[in-house]
Amino acid sequence: MDLTPDNTPAERRDLDDGALTRLHPNYAHSLRVQTTLMAIPFLAGALVLEAALRDEGLVPTGVIIGAVMLVALVLIIRIPSRRYNARGYQISADRLRVVRGLLFRSDTVVPFSRVQHIDVEQGPIERFFGIATLTLHTAGNHNASVTLPGLGEPLAREMREDIRAHIRRESL
Amino acid sequence: MSGPQRTAPVSVVLGAIGSVRSAIFPALAIAFSGIGGSSRLLVAIGVGIAAAVIGTAVSYIGWRRLTYTIGEADIRLESGILSRSARSVPYERIQDVSLEAKLLPRLFGLVSVKFETGAGAGEDLALQYLSTAEGERLRQLVRERRDEDQAAVAPADPAAPERREAAEGEVLFAMGPRRLINFGLFEFSLAVFAVLGGLLQYVDNVTKIDIWNVDLWRSWLEEQGSFVASLGAYAQVAGAIAGLFGLIVVGMASGIIRTFLRDWGFTLTRSPRGFRRQRGLFTRTDVVMPVHRVQALVIGTGLMRYRFGWHALNFVSLAQDDKNESHVVAPFATMDEIAPIVAAAGFRLPDTQTRWHRASKLHRTDKAIADSLPFVLAVIPTAIFAPFGFALIPLGLAVLAVGANLYAWEFRRHAIDATQIFESHGLLSPTSQIATRLKLHSVEIAQGPIARRRGYATVHLGLAGGTFAMHGVPLAAARDLRAGVIETIAATDYSQLDQARDSVPDGVAA
Repeated sequence: MDLTPDNTPAERRDLDDGALTRLHPNYAHSLRVQTTLMAIPFLAGALVLEAALRDEGLVPTGVIIGAVMLVALVLIIRIPSRRYNARGYQISADRLRVVRGLLFRSDTVVPFSRVQHIDVEQGPIERFFGIATLTLHTAGNHNASVTLPGLGEPLAREMREDIRAHIRRESL
Repeated sequence: MSGPQRTAPVSVVLGAIGSVRSAIFPALAIAFSGIGGSSRLLVAIGVGIAAAVIGTAVSYIGWRRLTYTIGEADIRLESGILSRSARSVPYERIQDVSLEAKLLPRLFGLVSVKFETGAGAGEDLALQYLSTAEGERLRQLVRERRDEDQAAVAPADPAAPERREAAEGEVLFAMGPRRLINFGLFEFSLAVFAVLGGLLQYVDNVTKIDIWNVDLWRSWLEEQGSFVASLGAYAQVAGAIAGLFGLIVVGMASGIIRTFLRDWGFTLTRSPRGFRRQRGLFTRTDVVMPVHRVQALVIGTGLMRYRFGWHALNFVSLAQDDKNESHVVAPFATMDEIAPIVAAAGFRLPDTQTRWHRASKLHRTDKAIADSLPFVLAVIPTAIFAPFGFALIPLGLAVLAVGANLYAWEFRRHAIDATQIFESHGLLSPTSQIATRLKLHSVEIAQGPIARRRGYATVHLGLAGGTFAMHGVPLAAARDLRAGVIETIAATDYSQLDQARDSVPDGVAA
């Protein structure tokens, strides 16, 4: 078998440009909830600052809380849907491809034949939205664990079974 | 097989000595400090004796309570004085058996035996200390156990003595004293001054002399300074040169001493079981690396030694070598000496047939801009605020950064062939890496915001026990590369990796 890279580029490209499967829509919602929880301390801090500086007259009332609120709203409303759009995966007979990142794009392929073990995890927020995170562990130092969040919970379990079946078949 | 066994009884003495040694400094500290007034010497001696007694007792009980069992399928270790722990390591999981003999145990003919399993963070099985013969016996035993699993084909009895004979193996690489001196000269190190500084700090804490008292030093310096000033300009220059010369001599001497301590009697042998490396003057280490555990090769060099044609060869493997992630197998060798080792490990060096791909020129441009930008930005304030001419300094640095990046591009390249991936980079001291396509675990194409706009990417390869990344690869090339590598990886399952190599131990090298 000839495996030189310029063998059949057209066919190979197909693998890369193949349509990505989108994540469960609830992934964006769960991101929003997470961001909201993260924003609460900052909003509280801004409120305290606002109250402390009110009598000083240094800044007009509402500027600090307003600015923080604006940033928080952008992070909560706009960013999660963009992150959701940026993420995707592609599963084929013997490999999983995970694409993620808004600014820093990353496109990882893990062949099932190199998977050491598989996790399906659910945090409390994920459980509420019925989604789960699939994690593939490999022996490599880079990408020792490749995570794919935002899968519907039944789908995540199904994928885990598929990959496990593949591993068992190969190692027999 | 055999019942529970204990480690060598002398271990108790060694353990006790260890605890006394760690009590010496506190005892000294007490002796020199004000604690206890006039009777502080007695207190110090008391502390010393208490440490010795307690150390011996703990060491003895620990020794009594630690047993190991060489079982049919595993090695079991039971230990613990108050809380007991039992650890079992199956033979199949043992990757290496390494023997280490520090100075003191070595005087007693003892070694510490470590069964390396590839588990992270020191979670390995270690026996401290066994007699050298027992250590060798255990190592041989583990190897035979592992062989039985894999090579049940070979007729066991006639092959065994032959194999043991061959275990001596051919010497692939060795370093004599002359080579060590040569090596030590390049290991120039001023670490000795850091050690001295640390010692001064310690003395400062223990004694009453205030080392950091500026006045004390100033008065001393003024005395000396007036003396130096009286000597005139030539003598001052001569003194400075002599000082610099002394610094270089100290640096080289400490480099040579360190090299001698670490690499005395360096021998790398190739036996049927793999590579065996022995080195060390006082602490003698003996490490065995099975050939199929070698994941990748790293050939590094240094700024100066590269000019003289010296390189270092490292094996990347799952087992760790001290704190390093890869095993150095030829720390100071010419490429002609490295080539046979590379071949023995089943790898090939890039040759004239190798088709190198360069990094994207856009990447070169962007990197040159990014690296010179801070200097360019620094030009403006210096031009405004500093006296005329100072702005030339950051400007020159910016030009230098651009030039270095343009030139470094010539060295940044990668290649891929049917079985291997090559990568090399570095302007003044090039480093190259060779990995087997089969032994990679994942491929990632990463792009930052600029890289995405400019159409190049960084390719990260998942390598067990190390990292492998290629920067500035044009996106299309990166995708082709990934597709090719993944094709190779997916074809062979992880569990078959070792066997695949074991069945053709020399076929690959030929």
